[in-house]
Amino acid sequence: MRNKLAKIFAALTTAATAMSLMIPATAFADYKLNLQTPNSAIGHTIYDLHTVITWICVAIFIVVFGFMFYAVFAHRKSVGHKASQFHEHFWVEVAWTIVPCIILLALAVPATRALIQLRDTSEPDLTIKATGYQWKWGYDYLKGEGEGISFYSSLSTPRAQIEGTEPKGPNYLLETDTVVVVPVGKKVRMLVTAADVIHAWWVPALSVKQDAIPGFIRDTWFKAEAPGIFRGQCAELCGKDHGFMPIVVEVKTAADYSKWVESQKANMKKAAVADDPEKPWTLDDLKARGEKVYAANCVACHMANGMGNPPAFPALSGSKIAIGPKEGHLAIVLNGKGGTAMAPFKHLSDADIAAVITYERNTWANKTGDMVTPAEVKAAKGGGQAAAPATEKVVAAR
Amino acid sequence: MSTATHDHAHGHSQDGGHAHDDHAHDHKPYGMMRWLGSTNHKDIGTMYLWFSFSMFLVGGVMALIIRAELFQPGLQIVRPEFFNSMTTYHGLIMVFGAIMPAFVGFANWLIPMQIGAPDMAFPRMNNLSFWLLPPAAMLLIAAQFAPGGGAGVGWTMYAPLTTQAGPAMDLTIFAVHILGMSSIMGSINIITTVLNMRAPGMTLMKMPLFCWTWLITAYLLVASMPVLAGAVTMTLTDRHFGTNFFNAAGGGDPVLYQHIFWFFGHPEVYIIAIPAFGVVSQVIPAFSRKPLFGYASMVYATASIAILSFMVWAHHMYTVGMPVETQLYFMYATTLIAIPTGVKVFNWVATMWKGSLTFETPMLFALGFLFLFSLGGFTGLVLSITPVDVQIHDTYYVVAHFHYVMVAGALFSAFAGIYFWLPKWTGRMYNETLGKWHFWLSLIFFNVTFFVQHFLGLAGMPRRVPDYALQFAEFNAISTIGAFGFGISQLLFLYVVVKCITGGEKAEQKQWEGADSLEWTHLPSPAPYHSFSTPPALK
Repeated sequence: MRNKLAKIFAALTTAATAMSLMIPATAFADYKLNLQTPNSAIGHTIYDLHTVITWICVAIFIVVFGFMFYAVFAHRKSVGHKASQFHEHFWVEVAWTIVPCIILLALAVPATRALIQLRDTSEPDLTIKATGYQWKWGYDYLKGEGEGISFYSSLSTPRAQIEGTEPKGPNYLLETDTVVVVPVGKKVRMLVTAADVIHAWWVPALSVKQDAIPGFIRDTWFKAEAPGIFRGQCAELCGKDHGFMPIVVEVKTAADYSKWVESQKANMKKAAVADDPEKPWTLDDLKARGEKVYAANCVACHMANGMGNPPAFPALSGSKIAIGPKEGHLAIVLNGKGGTAMAPFKHLSDADIAAVITYERNTWANKTGDMVTPAEVKAAKGGGQAAAPATEKVVAAR
Repeated sequence: MSTATHDHAHGHSQDGGHAHDDHAHDHKPYGMMRWLGSTNHKDIGTMYLWFSFSMFLVGGVMALIIRAELFQPGLQIVRPEFFNSMTTYHGLIMVFGAIMPAFVGFANWLIPMQIGAPDMAFPRMNNLSFWLLPPAAMLLIAAQFAPGGGAGVGWTMYAPLTTQAGPAMDLTIFAVHILGMSSIMGSINIITTVLNMRAPGMTLMKMPLFCWTWLITAYLLVASMPVLAGAVTMTLTDRHFGTNFFNAAGGGDPVLYQHIFWFFGHPEVYIIAIPAFGVVSQVIPAFSRKPLFGYASMVYATASIAILSFMVWAHHMYTVGMPVETQLYFMYATTLIAIPTGVKVFNWVATMWKGSLTFETPMLFALGFLFLFSLGGFTGLVLSITPVDVQIHDTYYVVAHFHYVMVAGALFSAFAGIYFWLPKWTGRMYNETLGKWHFWLSLIFFNVTFFVQHFLGLAGMPRRVPDYALQFAEFNAISTIGAFGFGISQLLFLYVVVKCITGGEKAEQKQWEGADSLEWTHLPSPAPYHSFSTPPALK
């Protein structure tokens, strides 16, 4: 019996040591065991701070549980140990109150320094606004080189990979149709907000995580040290597809970044011509374009076959709204429906909204034969838009 | 089902001067009415414990659904919205349905016996506070079948996601209201009992530490539950009555919800942990055959933790974008909690030091608690450092952290308590070998499940996602295997308890050599239906 107990405790101690050793093992730069390799100065600071704290914890852990396991071995009744009856010791108690205070004070110094550095968003070279939507990100380059660039970025992993009918690619769930491009070595200030519910903009390797609060703008920053592609995800539960709204940031050299800006500007000009509301549109044009818009924005809830996922996500095929008067259809797409997961889609371009509504009215069981033009969308948007920006107030959090 | 249905042992040894009513004339009603109308602290305690265990199984099944979906990358078993609903109700049911009622069950059973009182101060309110729980649990379960399914908003119920949710959200809000009422009534009862019904000579500083921890916890509950009720009521009016507390477009602020919620939520963490400290503080001295080290400092440390717990709530919100000064304050205040918590851990180790230790199942679970709760405490310290937390906030690191504190902490301590007091409650002994199996299986599978989640979080896997990138696959598979092992091990616990009640060996009055509180020294096993109708004579 004694032998058996001794064996059990030996195993327990081995397990304990193994467990406490597993934490420092994380220092071996294996990204799977530790924080991702940082690509920013603040990232290194945080990485080192985490390593130091973890080691301090391991050290205290070993000392405290060293005492405990010694007692477990040596002060057993089965080895004939008689219990002493002491139950207080003034100086020991003072010591183990004071020593942790000192350790915490020592820890507070680098932590404070890191936090102040982390929150200093002053004097950025480039300012980008990230807006969280259910379930994608929108980006607006507000200030600095690339000002005026604006696009949306959604998950590009095919449904088939998620459902397991196709093999999963190497960047499964961490890939997007468009990527945020930033120059290397420049301070990028991110203004983060949301359109519907709370999201969080998080790229681990750049050491940024900032909640996106609807109706408020918060800021954070990063300065990438080396070019490369860095992947992150939404970090705040935001509904059904919270797990499916990744973030991809591509860091380019200054020259490559300028090239990218040029090409974006050229594309935007082309798009502006293509989307001209005055241009004559045909039903087929709109339908073809609408199918793409639908796939990017609507398919997650209303499904490719238009049957939705009732009752939370109603079917569009045969829906009273989708085959009723087009004003009603347009209003719900623009403004959403309060109290449901149907978010407003005002942020899409007039042409995209016109296209997707036309598509929905002329696909599946829906055969209205009518079309909504970008000009109609523009007119419908007219009234509601002025009020929207007023609700967003910048909170200078510094 | 109950311990108290057994015949009372006559002719047991009694220390005299008390408990003359515990013989044939108990006047307890039989059948359903005994339970529905019960005002007996032991019966109510029993009901709390069985209720808690059944909720533990329900919440556990939800956890296994979550882990089954996460076994491999890709969506295999459930849809994302159902997954979100599972994470939400797993959290709510485990916190409000399993862990909290379990410790209220302990309080009901033990406080009157430990302070030498005949029953709780308000027996009828005691009955009501228990019978509010089943309707609340039914609402939480019914929410799964509401149109649109359960509300996948997370147990924290952050606005404005809650505004979007379907009717399940309203059922959940009402459930939280009812649970809150139950907790507040239970707490008033405990405070009144402890302050007014102690036997002569049982001064506050002579009470067993378990009573102290519940006295402090009860104050935490009375102070924090109304705050939660406020938060969910605002959510309700935002949803249905046109208010805009959490809607920026109407002048509100979604972050306001988080401040209110965590003003409740952080004390809640200690509402769960502090009674667990109390149980462990009874068990460790008993099996060390040595008085608790630093009794007074334990009381002060517990009170300090309770007070500090109201001043650190925003450390759950480091990434919402607070001013840097505010973040610094919350970081400093949070790290301070490590000091009283450290004192408690040191005291427990010092209690064992130079004792005469034996390792029956309750002691094993108490040591498991001590070891793993401390590990959870250390990851808590890592999380308290704001710049580091910004990296690992809302990742699996946090999930691992709070499961170390809640499962290896509170749940292991509850197991320790059950094994410790079962002989007193039922008059019968559980099977020690099976109890130890239950401990070792729980310990191993718990660590298999949750230790790897630290790595997942550090490497960047967010919480509350039904699917994940390929680099997280191995650890998720391991974690799922551990979770199923842990879940199945708990059926062994059920078997051990049922076997003990129905056919265990007869337990002695003082089953544990080192136990020294009144229920062991003054009452037979099983404890009579009514104990201490005349106060015990205390030295």
